[in-house]
Amino acid sequence: MKFKRKSNIESKISTSSMPDIIFMLLIFFMVTTVLREYSGLPISLPKAERIEKLESKRHTAHIWVSKDGLISIEDKLFKSDAVRHVMYEKRASDPQLTVSLKADLAARMDVISSIHNELRKADALRLNYSTKVKEPSQ
Amino acid sequence: MALRERKARVGAIPEGGMADIAFLLLVFFLVTTTIDMDKGLGIILPAEGQELEINKKNILNCLISSSGSVLLGGEPVAIKDIHRRVKEEIRQNDKLIISVKAHEKSQYNVYVEVLDQLKMANATRVSIAETE
Repeated sequence: MKFKRKSNIESKISTSSMPDIIFMLLIFFMVTTVLREYSGLPISLPKAERIEKLESKRHTAHIWVSKDGLISIEDKLFKSDAVRHVMYEKRASDPQLTVSLKADLAARMDVISSIHNELRKADALRLNYSTKVKEPSQ
Repeated sequence: MALRERKARVGAIPEGGMADIAFLLLVFFLVTTTIDMDKGLGIILPAEGQELEINKKNILNCLISSSGSVLLGGEPVAIKDIHRRVKEEIRQNDKLIISVKAHEKSQYNVYVEVLDQLKMANATRVSIAETE
């Protein structure tokens, strides 16, 4: 009885295209991640329970308000009556703009209120008070 | 004079380590990118010049004083009780608009807590009045 000769084809996964796959993954991650653009002001955010996520980082403009009442947009300090010009331009270039207000928990309400007014004048009406997550009390 | 025979050099980059290098880069980017999604309380401001006259009985005033205490409809109330009170009021009158008015020296975190409480009470009609 003759035995069939074993074929000597090696069964190995070819690794030669591995770098291509990994590079593709790498490029995917590099394209999809949005790096933090601005450093802002040192603040401690207030806490809230019923929070929602911002839809997209690309359609978000940040305003920082420190506890001393400094207002910072794109790492430049602004007076409260100059906010509307910056925000108007941003709003004109991106109609889906949401403004994320990162204000210190000890900020005074007159600053916040003047920002409300400025945003209304700039027609940037979607506002998000940036907060941290608070554990539900119940 | 005998010339030495030149060695034929084959210049090839070793491809075996390529995958490792790419993996290393991938891991580096994964580690260094911070995925900190912004979270917060969302509101929509009224457009400029959209002020409406509203019947007084459909307004519930919520005042925040400079010391951080809250008056709801003229009575002092603890912040964590606001959502219960507002829920009751909305059950009685579904057209109710809650007008939040903060003193200009009041602190932002009290205001955020009040808004949070109103969200808990599912109050959709919230008006933010200017500071006084």
